[in-house]
Amino acid sequence: MARSALTGTRIRERRTAIRMKQADLARLSGISPAYLNLIEHNRRRVGEALMIQIAAALGVAPEALSEGAEGMLFEGLREAAASAEIEGGARGASPPEIERIEEFVGRFPGWAGVLAGRQARVGALERVVESYSERMAQDPFLLASLHEVLSAVTSLRSTAAILVETEDIEPEWRARFLRTIQEESLRLSDTAEALVGYLDEIEEAETGLSSPQEQVEAWLTGRRWHLEELERPDPPPAETLIEGVAELASGAARKLALAHIARAAADAALLPLAPFAAALARHGPDPGRLAAEFAAPLGAVFRRLATLPAGIEGAPAAGLVACDGSGTLTFRRPAPGFALPRFGAACPLWPLYEALTRPMQPIRAVVDMAGRLPQRFLTYAFCEPRQPGGFDGPVLMEAMMLILPGPREAPGDARAVGSSCRICPRGACPGRREPSILAES
Amino acid sequence: MSSKHVLLVEDEPHIAEAIRFILTRAGWQVSLEENGARALARIGAERPDAVILDLMLPGRSGLEILSALRGAPGGDVPVLMLSARGQGRDRDAALAAGATAFLAKPFANAAVLEALEAICAGAEARSA
Repeated sequence: MARSALTGTRIRERRTAIRMKQADLARLSGISPAYLNLIEHNRRRVGEALMIQIAAALGVAPEALSEGAEGMLFEGLREAAASAEIEGGARGASPPEIERIEEFVGRFPGWAGVLAGRQARVGALERVVESYSERMAQDPFLLASLHEVLSAVTSLRSTAAILVETEDIEPEWRARFLRTIQEESLRLSDTAEALVGYLDEIEEAETGLSSPQEQVEAWLTGRRWHLEELERPDPPPAETLIEGVAELASGAARKLALAHIARAAADAALLPLAPFAAALARHGPDPGRLAAEFAAPLGAVFRRLATLPAGIEGAPAAGLVACDGSGTLTFRRPAPGFALPRFGAACPLWPLYEALTRPMQPIRAVVDMAGRLPQRFLTYAFCEPRQPGGFDGPVLMEAMMLILPGPREAPGDARAVGSSCRICPRGACPGRREPSILAES
Repeated sequence: MSSKHVLLVEDEPHIAEAIRFILTRAGWQVSLEENGARALARIGAERPDAVILDLMLPGRSGLEILSALRGAPGGDVPVLMLSARGQGRDRDAALAAGATAFLAKPFANAAVLEALEAICAGAEARSA
């Protein structure tokens, strides 16, 4: 990594600044002087634990040796040089003058910043481009954008390399190439923006209303999943809540909406908002404690936690999914970052399905949701049988999973889950039932 | 020895400028053409020692130009094909159409120069 290269130099600088001998610093840090020498010449990486020791011995914060705005700048430039070197080296080209990087930054700090920033942007865009390659193979707009990105990257890379590698470059040429970097940077930004906008649109189009369930979800999303009318002591008739609601286009959707309202009204009566909020502030979002305090079913507490109004103290950004005995999702309130499949079955490793196989047993599990930015969540799952058809009627199962933001301290045993197999990047997943359309990681 | 002449057919002005800068400093005489439709006529008129041809051009695609060039008299000039569309099908299509060498964008500056020298050395060896 580029990071260590700069770190070594910084350690050396700091040590000489306080006139400490290499041998002394090595002893204080618990490593051999030879090893410290390698570190100081940026030939060995510094692990986190060692970094803390060295920083303590030097009397500085570890961040002062490793990060900081200037460090990021050098890292970006070294990365740019490294990627140029990887391809250039294979062809016997002369590498960028990495030893003169301080001079480059010193003489053109602003432009060095632009170049490092562009390098980071190029890296990020290249990753985006990769992950969407499947789509790009067919989509004309994406093909055109890809061409734009690659053209901008090509000229940025060539131009930046010229600036770095040509020692005796004439001022006119230098000015011209710096202007090129500026222009191509803007072009890259514009293309990136257009791409993001376009991809968002695709997402929206694909989640367009179709099934009755999706219509209900669209309506509830518009209401922020909270129906404040039901909190009144004398809630209005359910029908008045859905009168003239454009999202509920079909009769089936209106029926589902009425069923949802009936359930939410019952939950609100069982767990009145003010005392529930007070209990939440006392206990935190522990569904078990809250259920015990109100003598309410866990399912009601799950639903209540996932549909609270904004501004309740201690209320987490909760999502909720529910399924019946067939595994079909019957309720989907997304949590930010926890991707729910739009249609079809979800990830078989969700605690939701584990609960389905172990009715009446509460399950608490920390999960890592796969994605471009993997995120950690705390989930509570529970499954309960119902017998709406009387004692001799069928026993229906309903499993629910409450999805809360993950704990900050990472336990090592978080369960790796995804959204659904088709769009999950976890290649070697034991639960996989069909290949993914994404590049496997 | 007089410097060698290469015609660069590329519609991206910044890429063209960078390539021209690199090649000029390496002793090449570089002329630029940004329109695919005019490229063939210029190759015929200027008789460059080599051509660098972008695959995606306005007016006429690099592949069409190359196919037309290879059928024309004096059409054996070495051609280095550039493409922003990766290694797979484009490389095959370019080589099938008669490209002497292929380079995917983005490229290292030295790679352009090296590829250009290589195809010219090959052409000289054949004609010698």
